[in-house]
Amino acid sequence: MSAEVWTLAEVRGGKIHPVSRELLAWGKELADALGAPLASVVVGSGIKEQSASLAAYGADKVYVADAPEFENFKADITSATLAEMIEKYKPSILIASATTQGRTVMPMLSSRIGCGLTADCTELAIDRESKRLIQTRPAIGGNVMADIKTKGRDPQMCTVRPKSKRPLSPDASRECETIEFAPKKELLESLVKFIKFEAEKSVGLPLQEAEIIVSGGKGMKNAKNFARLEELARLLGGSVGASRMAVDLGWAPYSAQVGLSGKSVTPRLYLAFGISGAVQHIAGMSGAETIVAVNQDPEAPIFRVADLAVQGDAMEMLGGLIEAVKKYKGLR
Amino acid sequence: MKTAVLIKQVPDSDEVKMDPEKGTMIRDGAGNIVNPLDLNALEAALSLRGEHGGSVTAVSMGPPQADIALREVLALGADEAYLLSDRFFAGADSWGTSLTLAMALGRLGPFDLVLAGGKATDGETGQVGPEVAAIMGLPCSTYVSSLSCDGKYAFVRRTVEDGIETQKIKLPCLITVLNDMNEPAMPTLRGKKKARRAAIGVFGAAELGLAKEDVGLAGSPTRVVRINHPKIARRTEFYRGRELDAGFERVVEVLRELALL
Ligand SMILES: Cc1cc2nc3c(=O)[nH]c(=O)nc-3n(C[C@H](O)[C@H](O)[C@H](O)COP(=O)(O)OP(=O)(O)OC[C@H]3O[C@@H](n4cnc5c(N)ncnc54)[C@H](O)[C@@H]3O)c2cc1C
Ligand SMILES: Cc1cc2nc3c(=O)[nH]c(=O)nc-3n(C[C@H](O)[C@H](O)[C@H](O)COP(=O)(O)OP(=O)(O)OC[C@H]3O[C@@H](n4cnc5c(N)ncnc54)[C@H](O)[C@@H]3O)c2cc1C
Repeated sequence: MSAEVWTLAEVRGGKIHPVSRELLAWGKELADALGAPLASVVVGSGIKEQSASLAAYGADKVYVADAPEFENFKADITSATLAEMIEKYKPSILIASATTQGRTVMPMLSSRIGCGLTADCTELAIDRESKRLIQTRPAIGGNVMADIKTKGRDPQMCTVRPKSKRPLSPDASRECETIEFAPKKELLESLVKFIKFEAEKSVGLPLQEAEIIVSGGKGMKNAKNFARLEELARLLGGSVGASRMAVDLGWAPYSAQVGLSGKSVTPRLYLAFGISGAVQHIAGMSGAETIVAVNQDPEAPIFRVADLAVQGDAMEMLGGLIEAVKKYKGLR
Repeated sequence: MKTAVLIKQVPDSDEVKMDPEKGTMIRDGAGNIVNPLDLNALEAALSLRGEHGGSVTAVSMGPPQADIALREVLALGADEAYLLSDRFFAGADSWGTSLTLAMALGRLGPFDLVLAGGKATDGETGQVGPEVAAIMGLPCSTYVSSLSCDGKYAFVRRTVEDGIETQKIKLPCLITVLNDMNEPAMPTLRGKKKARRAAIGVFGAAELGLAKEDVGLAGSPTRVVRINHPKIARRTEFYRGRELDAGFERVVEVLRELALL
């Protein structure tokens, strides 16, 4: 049998984050193509019980490193522990999510064990002939898609963009083997001390996880108008995004900025109100499944990436939509 | 406080050409700039120097013309700059780049703090910072939007998906920054003049003790095997000026199709 395919489960706030299930859906495809077992690695504190739940999403095995020191993500000791686990169990592939955690711990791991790492993939496949992993990622502001292969030592490693695949539907009857890994004491001494975490007070889910994003730009004219985007986002169960201009004007926090120097988002629906669609903005949202844009200017570049383009006043459209949605929901 | 800042020169537009054979970027041609986030990193280093004294060293790996990027950061106030340039460095992936940078930092240091951008606008892996840290055995913090130091520790605020995390990291360490960290200053005339005359140290593979098979394309474990230029393939349904009402109805319909209502 081929060497195992591993996915790195993501633990946030003491819980296994749902993005871990998406990785298993990718992992399952690869493992099936290779005829290899699929395993998840979980590094956390008090995490053992929860780990077994990954079986329902495709894991044949879970490797668990459970220690109090892993409370609150620490890249140094997590990467050191993963390096030991890889040394011991020798998986052929390791995929992690391209989140702030994955994109910190994976590069550190890559340097520690001397393996290549492909960033932020949106597509993974096994090459039929060589049986090697083909990793596809957007680069240069989304202007090119690069297929990347890893040579040399295994595992072949990459981070995968969240929401690039839906999790398998859970099968509660599935079970998995749990293998505990106890890291050596000296591996657990972190030079990074967690002080505190302040959860963001925003409407809806964090942007990268949001299914619906209601986004606004300078065309919203003022902070008061901009705030109405929140109303629509709430009604649709979505989150609020912003162009850099809107952030610079203080209408939205930086955490809401979509684009090259903000967040890359991949919602099912992206609604852009009064956003011109500068390349730097489009770089962060062109991966959305459906894009609806409202802009007064028929030449606005945002229309070129939109599925539905409406020329008109953003506030008029927004107000109308809020009313319409309320009506459908029986709120009025 | 001795700080190093990693500076990457990047094309100033995203019309980058790729070499279809090697799968690497063709870096000549169009204009080049300092990667925008690296200017935030530099600004942070300069303000720490203002507060605690010490020096700021800029290090870049790149072709000879990356000299221009380094003169720009010298003009902005960096004390010294080094260019790692060698034909054997060409085509490096993040691993090869990080190894080269780490060797140079080891040789130029020790530093109390190493700063890098969160990601570069061209390759945009965001991997170089944490990779350099791991090679040098330094702790690392990423996605940092504010930073202070007390001589023993760095205190950072990190912007993560669902909030802000505050950490305290033992110096020496490596930190990668986001652009809401600060507002980079503009170069002054005096700075530019000084930068024009400054000496920039240049190191090749041999000076860094690196074998040519360990760096550049040869030493890189990842390889771009194919490049596609995706066409943004959306069929835009367009409602112009007088069709606003129809457009509105369509948006409502789309919301319903997507089962949002
Ligand atoms: C290095 C770099 C990084 C950058 N990173 C980002 C990034 O991450 N994200 C980002 O968004 N930008 C980024 N930018 C900035 C980007 O280039 C644009 O300046 C910015 O996206 C413009 O924001 P906007 O669309 O809100 O404003 P504008 O470009 O000013 O557009 C406003 C739009 O509103 C329309 N409008 C006006 N009135 C109305 C109305 N009543 N109804 C409907 N429409 C109306 C106008 O027609 C116009 O199209 C970056 C720039 C640089 C140089
Ligand atoms: C289409 C394409 C896809 C690629 N995909 C991958 C991939 O998946 N994995 C991989 O390992 N490589 C990949 N590469 C190669 C990678 O881009 C290069 O190795 C590059 O040198 C690293 O750059 P980056 O833009 O990714 O840097 P980032 O890691 O995004 O840069 C972060 C920071 O590191 C510092 N830094 C980066 N490079 C330098 C430098 N040369 N000198 C000084 N400081 C620097 C800067 O402070 C910068 O802000 C790819 C290249 C291309 C063209």
